[in-house]
Amino acid sequence: MVEIVNKPYSYTFKNYASKNKKILCLSGDLTSSCEVDQFRDEFPNQFVSMGMAEQNMMSFAGGLSMSGYIPFIHTFGVFTYRRPYDQLLASIAYPRRKIRIMGFLPGITTPAGMTHQAIEDISVMRTIPNMTVIETGDATEVESICEQANNVDGPVYCRILRGSVPRLFDTPLKLGDIRVLNSGTDILLITSGICTEEALRARSVLIDAGISILHLHVHTFKPFNEEKILDLLTNIKIGVITMENHLVNGGLGTLIAEIISKHGLSKKLMKLGLNDTFAHGGSKQYLTKYYGFDAYALIKSIEKFIGQPLNIEEKDLEQARIENVHSLSKAEAL
Amino acid sequence: MQNKLKSEEIALRIRRRVFEHCIKNNGAYLSQACSSAEQLAWLYNEALNIGDSIMPSIPESFSGVPSINNKKYKTGAGYNGPVANEYDRFIFAPAHYALVAYATLIEVGRLDSAGLSMFNKDGSSVEIIGAEHSPGMEMHNGTLGIGLSTAAGIAYGRKLNKEKGETCVFMSDGELQEGQIWEALQVSVYYKLDNLWAIVDVNEQQVDGAMSDVLDIGNVQKKINAFGAKCIEIDGHDIDAMRQAKKEQHKDQPLIILARTCPYKGMNYLKKRFPRLHYVRFKSEEERSIMNIEISKELGIEPIEY
Repeated sequence: MVEIVNKPYSYTFKNYASKNKKILCLSGDLTSSCEVDQFRDEFPNQFVSMGMAEQNMMSFAGGLSMSGYIPFIHTFGVFTYRRPYDQLLASIAYPRRKIRIMGFLPGITTPAGMTHQAIEDISVMRTIPNMTVIETGDATEVESICEQANNVDGPVYCRILRGSVPRLFDTPLKLGDIRVLNSGTDILLITSGICTEEALRARSVLIDAGISILHLHVHTFKPFNEEKILDLLTNIKIGVITMENHLVNGGLGTLIAEIISKHGLSKKLMKLGLNDTFAHGGSKQYLTKYYGFDAYALIKSIEKFIGQPLNIEEKDLEQARIENVHSLSKAEAL
Repeated sequence: MQNKLKSEEIALRIRRRVFEHCIKNNGAYLSQACSSAEQLAWLYNEALNIGDSIMPSIPESFSGVPSINNKKYKTGAGYNGPVANEYDRFIFAPAHYALVAYATLIEVGRLDSAGLSMFNKDGSSVEIIGAEHSPGMEMHNGTLGIGLSTAAGIAYGRKLNKEKGETCVFMSDGELQEGQIWEALQVSVYYKLDNLWAIVDVNEQQVDGAMSDVLDIGNVQKKINAFGAKCIEIDGHDIDAMRQAKKEQHKDQPLIILARTCPYKGMNYLKKRFPRLHYVRFKSEEERSIMNIEISKELGIEPIEY
């Protein structure tokens, strides 16, 4: 079975920030929810409790940066841009402050419903000038996020996975790169965040069904590695499918559509994710199924794409384990 | 400095310069000069412990917004001297007061008067709403309410650094309607930021007119004190009162000075337009001409040629 890592952000941040005294851990009253409670207890001098006041938190972080500190902001992703959008732009993005925004609960990874689900954050963040946008998809990526984010000369928004996080990759996240998880020629499947794990559940049955899939995992939305995608797109026979834990408008799918249209490529694109809809509260399994971006939805989409049934049933997926990711992903030397 | 002018004289000169600009350009944020001239004169001439300007006295033209590729980018903070442990850090919050800020920088010798001829001209950094790159500015405060939070963050960082210098914000009372100001007060009080202080131009004006008609915010001093900051109310045209207020002990508390002001102080003829004073543009050539004659008289100058 795939390794499940407990709270990778907790030890990652602690190990990283405790070695750099210029880093300050800011929390918007969500300290244990963002897995920095242990850090707070062990390094109280580097912890700044900001309470429930996000507008102030963003501008205050700007001020800390102006006095030589590197704020790492911890709260749910949705609270970093909806209410304090003005402050995000004026105090962080425009002046290119070295502020690292750690957004938890990406997309539908929370049962707390609309108010807590950051479903348009990538869309919003990637259109903001000067902003770097990263999304973690497994424990290894969470383990590399602090260092990668802190290497950026400017503000960074990160989608962080918390709690029990599967380990899918054994090489660290490298800013601006794209992971090649499987080689193939029929369909280019591009996934990000939790959707990569979901896609991996479907992959072996798809391969057994004779579908040749080139599977990519995207973690850096901005700056986006356009050249690599372009290179890999060229030889795809049937089309492109994107699957994202986000609205299909403005995120990964749109990004790929922009590249396809920019270069005048003739490729069909199918975008899986939240299709111009808000979500409601529920489990990840229920919500990805309900809104059509789980492993089975992927298979049904591929059937539509190739115009023939694959005769795969949902129960076949339950058998499909994702442990084989390591052996199949030679392309990136896993 | 030899022949150093008194703050009162600088305030008069600020009014004259902003008035001249207003007549020549047929409009300006004029009432803001009336209300804030003493405060800005006092800040730059006495209250702030800042070094000499490190920027060219005639501002460079706009050199692009901050971006990873713009190596030339600079804010206008250097007009307030270098950033250093012992120096104060000054945040100018109401960005629409920019003209008054530039006039002040000229009168205290940090900016050449030729700099004002670049005001609101395309390609100039001397913008009508003070930008980060405008003289005397360090951040975009055009969205009112972010100045105090930013200053609080700076003050917190400077406490950690054990720096001697204070952090000061110049604010206007209209922005007290923004919720973020009260969030900033909460945090500044909680973290005992006594190296943070602000002076607020309480002219009771906002874009739509008098604050009492638009959205009355009641007893501000009582509210700020209730938030736990040290709040003192003074006559904002009385520089002695400012000196006294700044001396108030505020251990473990930020200090907020409410400077009660008149939006036509020194230009009483402007009262005719009350309460439409946010931006003064003359309705007719006749009005411009009469104002020129009457207000010039009050300011002790010859009518402006335009």
